[in-house]
Amino acid sequence: MHSSGKTLNGSEIFIECLRRENVDYIFGYPGGSLLKVYETLYDVHDIQHILVRHEQGATHMAEGYARATGKPGVVLVTSGPGATNTVTGIANAYMDSSPMVVFTGQVPSSLIGNDAFQEADIVGITRPITKHNFLVKDVKELAATISKAFYLATTGRPGPVLVDMPKDILNASCNFEWPETVEIRGFKPTIKCHINQVEKAAQKIAASKRPLLYIGGGVISAEASQELQKLAIQLNIPVTMTLQGLGAFPGNHPLSMGMLGMHGTYWANQAVNRCDLLIAVGARFDDRVTGKVETFAPQAYKIHNDIDPTNVDKNVKVDLPVVGDAKNFLAGLFEVMPKTTENRDPWLAEINAWRQQCPLSYSNEDNALRTEFVIEEVSKQTKGNAVVVTDVGQHQMWTSQFYTFINPRSIITSGGLGTMGYGLPAAIGAAFGIKDRPVVLFCGDGGFMMNIQELVTAVHHKIPIKIFLINNSFLGMVRQWQELFHKEKYSFTDLGDSNPDFVKVAEAFGCRALKADNPDSAKAAIEEALAWNDGPILVDFRVVKKDMVFPMVPAGGSISDMLLARLNPKTMV
Amino acid sequence: MKHLISVLVENKFGSLNRVAAMFSARGFNLESISIGETEDAEISRMTIVTRGEDQIISQVLKQLNRLVDTIKVIDLTRQPHVERELLLMTLKLTKTQQHEIFELINVFKGKVVDIKQKSITIEVIGSPDKINTTIDIFRPYGIKELARSGAVAIHRGE
Ligand SMILES: Cc1ncc(C[n+]2csc(CCOP(=O)(O)OP(=O)(O)O)c2C)c(N)n1
Ligand SMILES: [Mg+2]
Repeated sequence: MHSSGKTLNGSEIFIECLRRENVDYIFGYPGGSLLKVYETLYDVHDIQHILVRHEQGATHMAEGYARATGKPGVVLVTSGPGATNTVTGIANAYMDSSPMVVFTGQVPSSLIGNDAFQEADIVGITRPITKHNFLVKDVKELAATISKAFYLATTGRPGPVLVDMPKDILNASCNFEWPETVEIRGFKPTIKCHINQVEKAAQKIAASKRPLLYIGGGVISAEASQELQKLAIQLNIPVTMTLQGLGAFPGNHPLSMGMLGMHGTYWANQAVNRCDLLIAVGARFDDRVTGKVETFAPQAYKIHNDIDPTNVDKNVKVDLPVVGDAKNFLAGLFEVMPKTTENRDPWLAEINAWRQQCPLSYSNEDNALRTEFVIEEVSKQTKGNAVVVTDVGQHQMWTSQFYTFINPRSIITSGGLGTMGYGLPAAIGAAFGIKDRPVVLFCGDGGFMMNIQELVTAVHHKIPIKIFLINNSFLGMVRQWQELFHKEKYSFTDLGDSNPDFVKVAEAFGCRALKADNPDSAKAAIEEALAWNDGPILVDFRVVKKDMVFPMVPAGGSISDMLLARLNPKTMV
Repeated sequence: MKHLISVLVENKFGSLNRVAAMFSARGFNLESISIGETEDAEISRMTIVTRGEDQIISQVLKQLNRLVDTIKVIDLTRQPHVERELLLMTLKLTKTQQHEIFELINVFKGKVVDIKQKSITIEVIGSPDKINTTIDIFRPYGIKELARSGAVAIHRGE
């Protein structure tokens, strides 16, 4: 322990700890239990506090910031309702393995358990959705607890950690001691992969005629894109990515096959079906990826590298598990790879034939405005260099298909939990972290309303995000399932009569706004939005109402159940 | 198959809850769970009895390990171990059965811990199997109330 010899109160210790952790933004909202912290914050200028307008917004902002930068996002909220408002955002970060530290105020220790005013057992509530959480019981433990929280959030598989701080602890004083090292005996993640497993994997890869890399978000959080590219390109192995893995390998490279799974490309899913070797790295065989597990990659020998051993053999039984960090695995593979490997040209030709057979396409005959066009146009105009944030729904899946992701940390989207309302605050958080690339948001007209209050935050801080509102007047993704699987009963998904005029709404918030309803005006609006950097700008794209996202493997289905087009949705491939 | 898992956890507020909640959140079977201090005041030992196919048990062990408060997880099932459970049981006491009951208590090496005019409370220690048998045998005499501790277990020494 290093002792600075200074006596500080709990609130000052809290701030001092954030300094030691190099925190530059706190996304927060004050309240009774945090008055002392906010008193301290008043004179703090080296850490910026961003006042959100709803605590859920704070959590998604922190997560957007974390995913864009790789640094942990920090949230500060008061007890009771402030704390419970963070639950969705914490669950989201947990499912998508994003590093985040959430600080909640709590009623004074002496009142805990008494149903005190604004008391909620947030440690109990968030136990299953945090990597770990703490209730601080003594001001002398505060600094050590905070350093553990950051360590846990960022080490091994990242995730959210919550620290609950009772009011009396924040007022009490003690000698400030910052622990230079963190030691948690029950937490020792395996970073380095077992060399025998890596060697075995390398042999399998060298001997495979039809290998396929199946890449997840773990490759991005491990900062292993370079290693992946080197391996895939030198060994001529095609790469398919999950939603969170997009950008780990450049989407414009011939070996990139785009996304796999429910709304993945036809050729990626066919390749999964046909490959003789599947190399899963930092991916977790989620049901949106596998469909029916019994028929997933039926011919493949399966290698699975993951930093979290619980992901191995959880959904799909694999042949060769390799627990450890993705960067360590991919770099290790390269080192021990046999000199000669199988020729993959016939395999790549097979894949290309599928690609030609069923490319991603959309109709543009009628001069109507379609989401696919908007996204493709944004992709072209930003040259794939934007940080792209999405909300949840059809526009999200189309983003995965029609935006060409070139770099890691370029897609920020709610994958595991599928949280509508994530997009706007996540985009704002990303823009706080990334200033040298445009941050664009594709958001549905349904989800935009779920955290619309954060538009104020963006306007107030002049955050130059481009809000591309994909306005189809429907809860489009639900509408699609109703059309395909629920007898076309469009139960409570038509927003046409009730949506506000989004341009006026944005303007009332002080946000510049445009409207576009055909391809030409859309193109011009995108240009204008990308050129505007004096705060946020919204474009209300009035797109066709009833488009559907294809291909689609129905939930729990096999590749052979893939639906390819709307004209005859019953057609199986 | 039945598995007996020994878990060393930080002796901290919430540790038991974290383990129990993990079992229910992931839908794992939890037959019994017991917890107590160890030779080290900072560490508690939990003994868990669960059932499942090998693949499930392997997930159970990994998920237990993943909890930050768990220090060590050992599946004792296939290792030399001693397993004991405590049974406390109150039986109806009638003149006619009195004799038989006392004889059975002896057979099961039980102890009388309380005796009233119409009831008797006994204590039996043994493997969970023995405890099951004890309960079966005493049932016809009229069990008024019973409590089981759940299994506690430990490695056999070298
Ligand atoms: C908080 C939340 N509530 C409900 C859902 C279920 N849901 C998934 S997609 C969707 C429709 C989204 O509509 P919109 O935001 O307009 O996007 P679109 O699909 O039209 O692109 C709904 C309701 C969800 N994912 N999240
Ligand atoms: Mg919509």
